[in-house]
Amino acid sequence: MTKKNKTLSLNFGPQHPAAHGVLRLILELDGEVVEKADPHIGLLHRGTEKLIEHKTYTQALPYFDRLDYVAPMNQEHAFTLAIEKLLCVEVPIRAKYIRVIFCEIGRILSHILNVTTQALDVGALTPSLWGFEERETLMTFYERASGSRLHANYFRTGGVHQDLPTKLIEDIETFCKSFPKIINDLEGLLTDNRIFKQRNVEIGIVTKQEALDHSFSGVMLRGSGVPWDLRKSQPYECYRDLDFKIPVGKNGDCYDRYLCRIEEMRESVKIILQCIKQMPKGPIKSIDGKISPPSKSELKESMEALIHHFKLFTEGYRVPAGNVYTAVEAPKGEFGVYLISDGSNKPYRCKIRAPGFSHLQAMDYLIKGHMLADVPAVLGSLDIVFGEVDR
Amino acid sequence: MILKDIQKLEKLVNSELANKVQKSSIDFEELTIETNSDDLVDVITFLKSNDNCSFRQLIDIAGVDYPADDKRFKLVYLLLSHEFNSRIKISVKFEIGKKINSIVNIFPSANWMEREVFDMFGIEFQNHPDLRRILTDYNFDGYPLRKDFPLTGFKEVKYSEKDKKVIYEPVKLEQEYRDFDFQSPWEGTKYIKELDKKNKDDQKK
Repeated sequence: MTKKNKTLSLNFGPQHPAAHGVLRLILELDGEVVEKADPHIGLLHRGTEKLIEHKTYTQALPYFDRLDYVAPMNQEHAFTLAIEKLLCVEVPIRAKYIRVIFCEIGRILSHILNVTTQALDVGALTPSLWGFEERETLMTFYERASGSRLHANYFRTGGVHQDLPTKLIEDIETFCKSFPKIINDLEGLLTDNRIFKQRNVEIGIVTKQEALDHSFSGVMLRGSGVPWDLRKSQPYECYRDLDFKIPVGKNGDCYDRYLCRIEEMRESVKIILQCIKQMPKGPIKSIDGKISPPSKSELKESMEALIHHFKLFTEGYRVPAGNVYTAVEAPKGEFGVYLISDGSNKPYRCKIRAPGFSHLQAMDYLIKGHMLADVPAVLGSLDIVFGEVDR
Repeated sequence: MILKDIQKLEKLVNSELANKVQKSSIDFEELTIETNSDDLVDVITFLKSNDNCSFRQLIDIAGVDYPADDKRFKLVYLLLSHEFNSRIKISVKFEIGKKINSIVNIFPSANWMEREVFDMFGIEFQNHPDLRRILTDYNFDGYPLRKDFPLTGFKEVKYSEKDKKVIYEPVKLEQEYRDFDFQSPWEGTKYIKELDKKNKDDQKK
């Protein structure tokens, strides 16, 4: 019998622990070598953009928690920045610091999840057990600030919903002091681990040019040696006043991206500590009654406050017509909101630019010529969360 | 990016692409240029390859639906330049049924973005290598982000105990979908009007 060259089609997912959610991947295999990968996405499509068009600006905010659900507040941030730009609202300084603290907590949350599950995909179980304990602590911080562990809905146009309790700030500080040791422990398990390196070094290499052509952002871009971070290049909030470094990779493979994420967690801890130190006292949201609701105590005494409250929670506020694009450096890359307002109380169109969408698109080209066993490794290092890819 | 650089960029684009740029404007320190759908590929190629622009990254393609207009659809291409740390928006308006030239050859990442626009708005792209639906269900009917597509959709999915499989059936709502319009019929508050005026004054400057 002669051996014939035949490609084998393999269906990977949509329910597969290494698919990081609901990804259906149609692979064409020649033996164990992947020749083509066709990702089928949209299994978690909820029509977020359509729903936002039917909600007032305040009501639309919680949808952003549900995009990249491992770093909820970073998404809210992009949306609030867009509205603030259209409204020309100034955010109080304390609110800026609070926002940055929670965005960096989100970054750590997301990177812990990614680093440890990537390790899980290539066979290391312990990191995820250690890492998730820390995530639990961080989500408690989310809960203590916003009342909810995941779907925070904490940012508001013109500031944040509530001030942080003093005890919470102290606890975040204690966490920041103990967390670098945990990063060291994780690194001890992975960085020089022979198996981890065999599975990740020189796998899924992206060159500088390819990273640009495929619209990569965030760690995917920096891992390939492009020093680009929106927190530095187009600083928003108070990032200009903070001192932090941007880790940049060299080879653009899965291993470099892992190293970047580990380093970024350390930088985030530094940022949080600086914020806690520099954070002034003061208001936490805009005092403009037409945009931010009055406090409960005011409601009891002031007629004007009552009217504002009523108007804000029925009609909402109107945003002047115009269109803006704002982007933030979310843990996964550039997360942008292109917001078109027609002057009414609801967005006319809100296009969400999710970093994972472009990253996953490059899957076919990244995996071509690799072995089947490398699929989870590459997928893990892309840092895909389906909430934001499918929207 | 500083306003001066944006103005410089606007001048450059207007002089180099004089007959292709219909209008350019700077709002909120963001540069938007409007172009004709036939010139789109040329404009984007220029912006990518010119050394004084070098918009090497395509950030996103956003579709917008204006059902009342003759030229019903609008596409907005968002580009980013790392070298000059600047962004630009290119907008194209065109009527329903018009086919737009694909830019996959210029930016490979446009592939899925164009598929998404096709999926959501039904805008077709010429020379696209693989124009399939992307986010919606297999065999989905209709274009969800068009303004005339109802929020509840047309079909719902459930598991049928009788057929022992997942079936599709028309949406049945226990009560009509309630879309409250809380917007006050009166003119907006004075505050917003002031802002509006200020924004317009800024634009004039």
